Amino acid sequence: MSDLIKIYRGTVYDPANNINGEVRDLWIENGKIVEAPSDPSKPLNRTIDASGMVVMPGGIDMHCHIAGPKVNVARKMRPEEKRKAERIRRTEVTHSGTMGSVPSTFATGYKYAGLGYTTAFDAAIPPLGARHAHEEFEDTPCLDKGFYVLMGNNHYVMRSIQEGEPQKLNAFIAWLLQSAKGFAPKLVNPGGVEVWKHKQAGNVHGLDSVVDHFDVTPRQIISQVSQAANELGLPHPVHIHCNNLGMPGNWETTLETMKALQGRRGHITHIQFHSYGGGDGDENTFNSKVVPLAEYVNSHPNITVDVGQVLFGETTSMTGDGPLGYFLSNVYGGKWFSGDTEMEAGCGITPIKYKNKSLVHALQWAIGLEWYLLVEDPWRVVMSTDHPNGGSFLAYPQIIRFLMDRTYRQDVLKTCHPLVGKRSTLPDIEREYTLNEIAIITRAGPARILGLTNKGHLGPGADADITIYTPHDNKETMFEMPRVVIKSGQVIVDQGELRLAPIGKTLYVEPSYDIDLETDIQEWFEQYYSIRWRNYPVDPSYMHEPEVIGMRAE
Amino acid sequence: MATVESSVPATGELKIVEDATCTFCGCVCDDIDLTVENNQITKAKRACVLGKAWFLNHEIEEKPSCLIDGKPATLEQGYDRAAQILTGGKYPIVYGLSDSPCEAQRVAVSITDWIDGTIDTTTSVCHGPSGMAFQGVGEVTCSLGEVTNRGDFIMFWGSNPAESHPRHFTKYSLMPKGMFVPNGRKDRTCVIVDVRKTKSAKAADIFLQIKPRKDFEGLWTLRALAKGVELDPKVVKEETGIELAVWQDVMDRMKAAKFGVIFFGMGLTMTRGKHANSEALLALTRDMNDHTRFVAKPNRGHGNVTGADNVVSWRTGYPFGVNHNRGYPRFNPGEYTTSDTLANGEADCGMMIACDPMANFSQPAREHLASIPYIALDAKETPTTRAAAVAFTVATYGINAPGTVYRMDDVPIPLRPAFESPHPSDFDVLTNIERRVKAIKGISG
Repeated sequence: MSDLIKIYRGTVYDPANNINGEVRDLWIENGKIVEAPSDPSKPLNRTIDASGMVVMPGGIDMHCHIAGPKVNVARKMRPEEKRKAERIRRTEVTHSGTMGSVPSTFATGYKYAGLGYTTAFDAAIPPLGARHAHEEFEDTPCLDKGFYVLMGNNHYVMRSIQEGEPQKLNAFIAWLLQSAKGFAPKLVNPGGVEVWKHKQAGNVHGLDSVVDHFDVTPRQIISQVSQAANELGLPHPVHIHCNNLGMPGNWETTLETMKALQGRRGHITHIQFHSYGGGDGDENTFNSKVVPLAEYVNSHPNITVDVGQVLFGETTSMTGDGPLGYFLSNVYGGKWFSGDTEMEAGCGITPIKYKNKSLVHALQWAIGLEWYLLVEDPWRVVMSTDHPNGGSFLAYPQIIRFLMDRTYRQDVLKTCHPLVGKRSTLPDIEREYTLNEIAIITRAGPARILGLTNKGHLGPGADADITIYTPHDNKETMFEMPRVVIKSGQVIVDQGELRLAPIGKTLYVEPSYDIDLETDIQEWFEQYYSIRWRNYPVDPSYMHEPEVIGMRAE
Repeated sequence: MATVESSVPATGELKIVEDATCTFCGCVCDDIDLTVENNQITKAKRACVLGKAWFLNHEIEEKPSCLIDGKPATLEQGYDRAAQILTGGKYPIVYGLSDSPCEAQRVAVSITDWIDGTIDTTTSVCHGPSGMAFQGVGEVTCSLGEVTNRGDFIMFWGSNPAESHPRHFTKYSLMPKGMFVPNGRKDRTCVIVDVRKTKSAKAADIFLQIKPRKDFEGLWTLRALAKGVELDPKVVKEETGIELAVWQDVMDRMKAAKFGVIFFGMGLTMTRGKHANSEALLALTRDMNDHTRFVAKPNRGHGNVTGADNVVSWRTGYPFGVNHNRGYPRFNPGEYTTSDTLANGEADCGMMIACDPMANFSQPAREHLASIPYIALDAKETPTTRAAAVAFTVATYGINAPGTVYRMDDVPIPLRPAFESPHPSDFDVLTNIERRVKAIKGISG
């Protein structure tokens, strides 16, 4: 790790430091980017000639499902995909594994590294399953990892809102993140999952629906959790999966969710699934509402989004949104998993196939692309497929091609259901992304949104997570096989071959809170949980290479 | 290696270990207070009859930590010999795992990977059919605390928790007062379906003694009634041994419930129909969600069999019966499951971890296992350790060794060992074997 490495004459894209395709040299020592050594005779352990190559920070996937109870259930549930999928053979440096829409842990790490991604966040972990997520993280190499903690249907959260106790809410969010060793609060269909536990096909249907028993509304949950999380100074205050995912006409719910933030920092995830016009479940009315939503995002700098791009093909839908799982399983008629976690959360899993000839699916594809192309500030829109929900993370190179190559985009649009052009603005959009903008939506932007000051850039002090690409006219070709990938200063991929598979760090937060309020949390906990208070928090011994991410200064 | 309680008492001290976890059955109760005196557990507060036996009868085996061909050997010699055996075969098998912590299970899967072996867990002989049914239809389920807080209709099918999971009724499913069932047992209806009147039967409001081997028919009767299909009372009575009116009454109660739960056991999964039975039960649960909320849950037996399912799944993509002979995982229950690789005479060496196939497998399987060199890890002497080429006496997980176990509802729980054992843990032994296997195979990963 203490090797001094020089990468020379690469064409560097480092948007966070305003470097847009300049030929530069980079130095790495002790896993970090460093200044050029003042003593030019200092011996180099390795030099990498990046002449003619594109150099970017390592990719950051800020919203994927790669570990924990739900992901593992999906692995168990889908043996039929694996036989026909690519085979991951063991080698002298790597474990074997399986692919399909939900790859095994080691395969997940290797495949991310193979794309030049070095950091990923699992988007939905119930705190009761946090220990499981950490165990899987230890078996998911090549990536620095963290996860978001489900709390939009947590009983204590709803109770403290119901009782008007904001200081309890603050303390609870901090305590919960610390207990789970998690990174950020996640709201999934806030309130709706609790209603699902109360009655057949139960759900909330808008921001002002009242949640059974708790007498709170999704609007209150969104508003007050975002308030508390911002007060705590969390690096990524709140990550929101809105109510009414996938429903025609849900764009209004999404707009109301943005408004409920009342100017506070908040991230709306897989927004593609939340941008639909139409109504009454009628496919004929289904249409894109990206234009009004993107306008709102463009004029509200507190809001960031990731897309949740849909790609055509077979995948597995998995969500903390229990009622959504029920809905989808009825739409597609396949096998269905639902798992309710006491006091905390839900889960739904079902296989799904996106078809380009289906109007709804093709519109979903187009709506995703509209989001990338209609948000003016690339720092506030992030590439994601909501892996594996919209498609695999392995589709990122293809999405880059859609964004950088208008002709390719239009060619694929022509293969889709003919009404897509009329129900979305995609045919009229001329915009093409530059390499610098790609570097923003895949690295620099997510790092900034997550408050990761050592990631997503190549300035001195940054983690030496670097990807070197061979330029190619076809951007999918360029991005699907990087020449060199460096993780924490170690070359892990060289000439497209995986050479090393370090475990990677676990990124989490340790917000401070009023310890006196823990008594109240403990009383509640001991009344209702099926495990002991003492056995709930994840012990530090579960963390292999922990890194606490600091609170935001502002 | 996860260790929540790193300081274990020195010999002779009296110590109370609070909130220790019992790994005897799938309930994995984590509220046991252990009193430890002179390396002996003298009290196990809150433990059930099985848990008390587990903790209070626990003694460190006065046996060498390692035997090679029945003769005492050093651990180093044992690790060397084990690695030679495992790397010397063409069809190595690794089996057991359900009474080991996840940390050790992970190493076992690694070893299997490096030797292109076949890994299987005791799931294949208990709830393997449920795993297969799950792959067919999915599962609607929940954590045990949801049952406690919401369950107002509780059914047990082919499961006898009064004897197999003694705290099931009192801690999770029937007696406790919960958030939405504030009166506890009074707010719950309990139905038990079995082919004989078990000790659990007296806990039931309704006990249905169905004809042996007719679980599938019973479940489909309920599925039909859930959908409003008209049935011939004579046929139903003949097939299931229960009057149609009784089934109808049960279905009416199921539909009237707010949160129904069906627990099922090996009385369902290991009788005629096997995975078809589990599939029928999981499908019935799913159907019931068109009327109200309903969930199902297999009552898992061994302390960490659920952890084994999870670990093998996250590492290979498949829950049990996974073959790596081609250098990548393949899954085929009935072919790669241990009772089959042995009975078919395919395995040529193996490692048996915390399991006793020599006591409970079929005769052809036992005979074949006795004929091949294998390694055994167990805290106690068993028929399997006695016939092993290399037998390791290991520390007992949860009492002497730390780690993580998964309760039957997939909730991971840490272990708080009471005192140290002179013997190495499964994790220690497997880690040492893995190191040698990797050296022999030239693996640096």
